[in-house]
Amino acid sequence: MPNVTVKDKAKNAEKKPAVFGPDLDLASYSIKAKEHEEIQRLTGLTDEVKEQAATVGIDAEETCRAGSFFQMDHSVILSSAYQSGLEVMSTTEALKEYEWLNDYWWKAVQVDADKYTAQAELQQHHGYFLRALPGSRAEFPLQACLYMTGEGLAQNVHNVIVAEEGSELHIITGCTTSQHVRSGLHIGVSEFYIKKNAKVTFTMIHNWAEDVAVRPRTGTIVDDNGVFMSNYICMRPVKTLQMYPVTYCVGENATVRYNTILFAPEGSNMDVGSKVFLKARGGRAEVIARAITKGGAIVTRGSLIGEVPGIKAHLECRGLILSERGSILAIPELDGRVSGVDMSHEAAVGKIAEEEIQYLMARGLTSDEATAAIVRGFLDVEIKGLPEHLKEEIKKAVDLGEKEERLL
Amino acid sequence: MVNIRKLSVSVEGKRILTDVNLHVGRGETVVLFGPNGSGKTSFLKTIMGIPQYRVESGEIIYKGEMITKSSIDERARLGIGIVFQHPPAVRGVRLRDMLRLCMEKKGTFKEERINEAAEKLNCTDFLDRDVNLGFSGGEIKRSELLQLLVQNPEFVMLDEPDSGVDLVNINLVGRVINELLEKDKREDKRTKVGLIITHAGYILDYVNADRAYVMLNGTVRCSGNPMDVLEDIRAKGYEECVRCRM
Repeated sequence: MPNVTVKDKAKNAEKKPAVFGPDLDLASYSIKAKEHEEIQRLTGLTDEVKEQAATVGIDAEETCRAGSFFQMDHSVILSSAYQSGLEVMSTTEALKEYEWLNDYWWKAVQVDADKYTAQAELQQHHGYFLRALPGSRAEFPLQACLYMTGEGLAQNVHNVIVAEEGSELHIITGCTTSQHVRSGLHIGVSEFYIKKNAKVTFTMIHNWAEDVAVRPRTGTIVDDNGVFMSNYICMRPVKTLQMYPVTYCVGENATVRYNTILFAPEGSNMDVGSKVFLKARGGRAEVIARAITKGGAIVTRGSLIGEVPGIKAHLECRGLILSERGSILAIPELDGRVSGVDMSHEAAVGKIAEEEIQYLMARGLTSDEATAAIVRGFLDVEIKGLPEHLKEEIKKAVDLGEKEERLL
Repeated sequence: MVNIRKLSVSVEGKRILTDVNLHVGRGETVVLFGPNGSGKTSFLKTIMGIPQYRVESGEIIYKGEMITKSSIDERARLGIGIVFQHPPAVRGVRLRDMLRLCMEKKGTFKEERINEAAEKLNCTDFLDRDVNLGFSGGEIKRSELLQLLVQNPEFVMLDEPDSGVDLVNINLVGRVINELLEKDKREDKRTKVGLIITHAGYILDYVNADRAYVMLNGTVRCSGNPMDVLEDIRAKGYEECVRCRM
């Protein structure tokens, strides 16, 4: 039988619709982008870009950052690490530098999963490679920004993150468009490899425009005693966002935690989930989602698959419907495949209980103030183990969404 | 200071209070007895302005002002406070944050005041928990009293402050209620007003009341000295007690 290459697989899947989310016409997006020149430091960005990037946690001053990666459309304009033991470069460059990277390429995400993964392979526009060398511990997070300036443009990136044995890495990724951009397509493949005793926290903040379509495709493999914490925040309008990141806990005592915070204004369509395969003893998974709609449609999925005894996993989804229109569909799935698994879920969708508002009013708050306090509390997911300044960035992104979208 | 005149109230079209009259003067504490389902809690919630309790006729006058149509928060800002018997849990809102918000609103925020009040009620560990979430009956009472200590209302309404409280904590609850009602001051110096609902009357072992009312089937049927009324109720039951006093 002839060898089927990755490219072949991608070609075969070029027209394959995704399992979830509206099917997009990829031909309707442009793949010709304006070239952007490299910069030495992020302070060299224009004020408009800096301001927009700041909305997704990207600090142009880089004061509390261990390194930065900045891709504008299809051009990587900066990639630097400021701490020894960390590597930051584009995946195109990394593939040239490290032959072994091929062993990690399309191993956590299937290239022929759907037309979006196929497009990321067939028309790849860089993406970031982040690596923590064995035993290195990043004090500050690495930041990566994927920025789109072209109207109707497709940006297809492929990222690889490797946390070598005993390392610790904090990443903040911000994806956004220029303020004048209305439409576009962002496809982001991300593959995470978390080796023995390594820890990665990954905080992704999205701030798209009303007509942008977004298709992240993420896979993570966690080895013995590895820890992966993924936080995702999208509080701004997006035409269609569909993602269902998967983590494979293959090592003993591998731990994963997903926190997702979604707000869908009118016209936004979000289908976001998290899936975890617990494949080795001692595996731990927690999937937490908070979804609010004020007119938009949200599907929030969660799937836990327990394949061996001695694993523990919990799924929690809460949704608030704050307007007459808008919908939230919560789909939690528990799939225990052997005895001796400990898996649970809780889900609740509804409006704010009038009784709670009245209770706070009896203490002197107005109805609006009481509602705001409850909504803020609802979005305040207690994230343990995350560095303080990342908690701050999440809080800032949530606060900004509340303000800009007049959520409160 | 508080005058309730011929108050009739319905919930979802069903009459639950009829022609209720009640007066509490400045510095006074009155106690409202009544069997379960007699309308005591509905009465307090109506005074607090909970919209489901629709005032059909009559009026509520507080400090000379008609507040029958005021919203809940307006009443709270005028100085009316309530300890609910079954308050809801407010998931995601930490008790400390809730107290801070309410104090900031009044311009009285001081972290020390929250901590001092919590220490008084032996509940500093509640501050970083979500309001009432997973609280036991006794914990809810202390949390409610903590909120009132911080709010410092002039008109204090307490719905069954003794229910679900164990013997160790009832003393503490009594002490805090006395503080809220300025019982340490001379009678003529007190400005606070108290309205206490009690079914069993245990709280009267710890808090002195000036007068008692008895509510039966949604209306106030009689009044008198709290200890005398309580004794009659204990001895004869509610129906008999009311009959003999009419």
